[in-house]
Amino acid sequence: MSAVTTTVPVVAPEVSTQVRRRRRLSPGRRLPAARLVGPVLLLAVWSAASAAGRLDPAAIPAPWTVVRTGAHLWTAGTLPTDILTSLERAGYGFAIGLVAGVALALAAGLSRVGEALIDGTVNLNRAIPTLGLIPLFILWLGIGESFKVAIIAIVVYIPIYLNTHAALAGIDHRFVELAEVQGLSRFAFVRQIVIPGALPGFFVGLRLGVTGSWLGLVVLEQINATSGLGYMMFQAQNYGQSDVILVGLVVYGVFGLVSDSAVRLIERRVLSWRRTLSS
Amino acid sequence: MAPHTEQLTRPAVRLRGLTRSFDGRTVLDGIDLDIPAGQFVALLGHSGSGKSTLLRAVAGLDHEVVGSGQLTAPERVSVVFQDSRLLPWRRVLDNVLLGTDGQERGREALAEVGLAGRERAWPSELSGGEQQRAALARSLVREPELLLADEPFGALDALTRIKMHALLRELWKRHQPSVLLVTHDVDEAIVLADRVLVLESGRIGLDLTIERDRPREEYRVRLLAALGVSVGSG
Ligand SMILES: Nc1ncnc2c1ncn2[C@@H]1O[C@H](COP(=O)(O)OP(=O)(O)OP(=O)(O)O)[C@@H](O)[C@H]1O
Ligand SMILES: [Mg+2]
Repeated sequence: MSAVTTTVPVVAPEVSTQVRRRRRLSPGRRLPAARLVGPVLLLAVWSAASAAGRLDPAAIPAPWTVVRTGAHLWTAGTLPTDILTSLERAGYGFAIGLVAGVALALAAGLSRVGEALIDGTVNLNRAIPTLGLIPLFILWLGIGESFKVAIIAIVVYIPIYLNTHAALAGIDHRFVELAEVQGLSRFAFVRQIVIPGALPGFFVGLRLGVTGSWLGLVVLEQINATSGLGYMMFQAQNYGQSDVILVGLVVYGVFGLVSDSAVRLIERRVLSWRRTLSS
Repeated sequence: MAPHTEQLTRPAVRLRGLTRSFDGRTVLDGIDLDIPAGQFVALLGHSGSGKSTLLRAVAGLDHEVVGSGQLTAPERVSVVFQDSRLLPWRRVLDNVLLGTDGQERGREALAEVGLAGRERAWPSELSGGEQQRAALARSLVREPELLLADEPFGALDALTRIKMHALLRELWKRHQPSVLLVTHDVDEAIVLADRVLVLESGRIGLDLTIERDRPREEYRVRLLAALGVSVGSG
């Protein structure tokens, strides 16, 4: 309590001597298991609504129905086969896209000739919606596996290329100068400065690429399915089995979440030198 | 300069008619300069007078700059920049060893600049002065015959700068490289160098040898006068 009695507001001495911490602008410490909070909440709402009988079971079956159907499909052996088929497609497509994206970005980023040949071409490729290429690729490669892998590879390589190339082009010129002063060979320069410097950008592209590979997979399997998860869901649609469709969606979701988390984990490890908002 | 007389016949750095221009504007206009091996030279001049341009020419970093003239410099040249230029993704020791190897040598160099024990730190964990000392260690580890420094202490506070002056003098005495130090600080030039050059209108306007036993104030006045700054009482 201040003893001063004036009409002018007076700052109490205790307040003025106390040092106040600045308002923090970074979001602060992470919540534990932060990424699970949202999904768990959603699941809880879904369960509650189902239990209360507010959802039409034919349209949105209860979570436990989905789990039971999933278990049934798993023991029957069809689900593992479908998952494996889908994973294989996504995996091959992703691997090819990753290698192509990185190789093209390096070629375009490290040589002017490479840039002239590659950069414009990739941007042209980017301008064409990749899924629009499906009919053409079916004509070229048949309706088997290769066209699906090819489409996924294209969906994946573009964001990886674009982000890695942008990161390579954005490498601080001062570091290039340093490399010259320190007498680095071209190889050492690429390995010790160019690649580590471009890694943050590469990881942005990698995460987009991972997401892209699932997106491509879903679209391909929904439209041109002859096997795999999408095929399973397509059949279920014909027979009105919404629980099977949800099983498929859950599996896709798990794929997406797990792969994205894996990339984030690797990113955190590899880029441990970074102190950013997210650290 | 008795210890250097023998080497005077073959200077470490030799410039003849060095010319550099940007967009048709001549910045260096036929510079002739010899730096004997082991000499500590400071280069003063107004902002924009071409100090960095000269240094970058000697360092061989001016790839796209128009110019002519003869330039001889030793094989092993190190450069210290105004910013420490440590790679953020390498630990301090790995930064010091950039372009060379020899863990032991790197540790020694870090110890010489007072950073023993900080080998595994990330550059972002060092203070500004420590970062600059790490940069100094990186330049020393290569045992340079010529050390080029472009305002290496420009970004440091006055206290740290004084300590860095002492450190640089000491390292120079121990390793005996020729030094070309660009600075805008007249006192820094006098304290550190054997010889101070003033760059003016693209030429060396003043070439002053500093005798340690003469009063510094005398040099200070002459240098400031050469830089166009008049001081009240000489
Ligand atoms: N890359 C460049 N392109 C065009 N002009 C340049 C370039 N580098 C330097 N200059 C010009 O050359 C002149 C000399 O520049 P320099 O950097 O050598 O000056 P300086 O003496 O080092 O100045 P400071 O003390 O401010 O660092 C300046 O007028 C500058 O504008
Ligand atoms: Mg400069």
